[in-house]
Amino acid sequence: MMNASLYSYHLQANRVRSEFFRLLPISLFVVAFGAAFGLAAVQKGLAPLEALLMSTLVFAGASQFATLDMWGPEMSVLPMMAVVFAINSRHILMGASLYPMLKDLSPGPRYGILTVLTDANWAVAAQDYQNGRRNLEVILGGGLALVMAWLTGTLLGAYFGSLLQHPENYGLDMVLGCFLLTMALGGRKSPRIIVAWVLSGSASMIAYWWLPPHTHVVVGALAGGVVGFFWLERKPS
Amino acid sequence: MSIPTGPAGTILIILIMALVTLVTRFGGVFLMSFVRISPRIESFINAMASSVLIAILTPMAMDGDLGAKVSLGTTAALILIIRRPLPAISGGILAAALVRQLL
Repeated sequence: MMNASLYSYHLQANRVRSEFFRLLPISLFVVAFGAAFGLAAVQKGLAPLEALLMSTLVFAGASQFATLDMWGPEMSVLPMMAVVFAINSRHILMGASLYPMLKDLSPGPRYGILTVLTDANWAVAAQDYQNGRRNLEVILGGGLALVMAWLTGTLLGAYFGSLLQHPENYGLDMVLGCFLLTMALGGRKSPRIIVAWVLSGSASMIAYWWLPPHTHVVVGALAGGVVGFFWLERKPS
Repeated sequence: MSIPTGPAGTILIILIMALVTLVTRFGGVFLMSFVRISPRIESFINAMASSVLIAILTPMAMDGDLGAKVSLGTTAALILIIRRPLPAISGGILAAALVRQLL
């Protein structure tokens, strides 16, 4: 469907703004994770500005924590790259799933907004897409809200980390999990999706227990995808 | 190969992490640009997309402490019953906090 122009999707500034505010509440909780990271980084011997630089350039919490776990006087480069890649490889699938929309965006903005792609804003975009709404604005607007929160948290944690030593005591470690769960369960459900979920959850657990660490998300997601590959839904739209 | 974690080494490590992460953010879209989007591929993508979340959440629930399990259970029940995300998320956080404070 490439009639008028090659790139039919144009990001709308007012929608980017409203998606920024849509993800602002959840971003406030992300500040707490950021603080936990900032604190952990300083405790491992990073300077606050180094922690901030990492949060800015990497912007992928789980892999940042994992790198801190490996932190020592010397870092082995290849194992570190393997861990970062494994944890973040879910981005490959997330990006691919947005391709039907992203292909209509010109290459500059397409790759530009992917620099702030992360679980929460992707989950919203994916759910909106399932519900027939094309929403790449949330990747940018929501992503900016999440980046701001992540950086604010990192700085707070690095300088005043002792204020919130154990965020899990207040349930704050569950924020992202609960958010992603509402995204999963709030979407369209069909027998096909339920079968995909069962297979995905099982494959994820098998990988979690018996495959190399950090592979479970990709294994589970691909297993769910296979259900879609062989079981096509009759298309109303 | 190892890098000592002095000031320069730390920045080098951060740059390597950033590069690897950027490859994952760009990789899926880049690879898809070589794939013809047939209905079958689109169906694969859609099923995969909703499975990503389940693949993240299942070990979190199975391997988590009681607080995590009660938290996710509360959020699941609330989103299915009242269908509003923010109360469901708040309920889940509150449940985790209560379980961990009281037990």
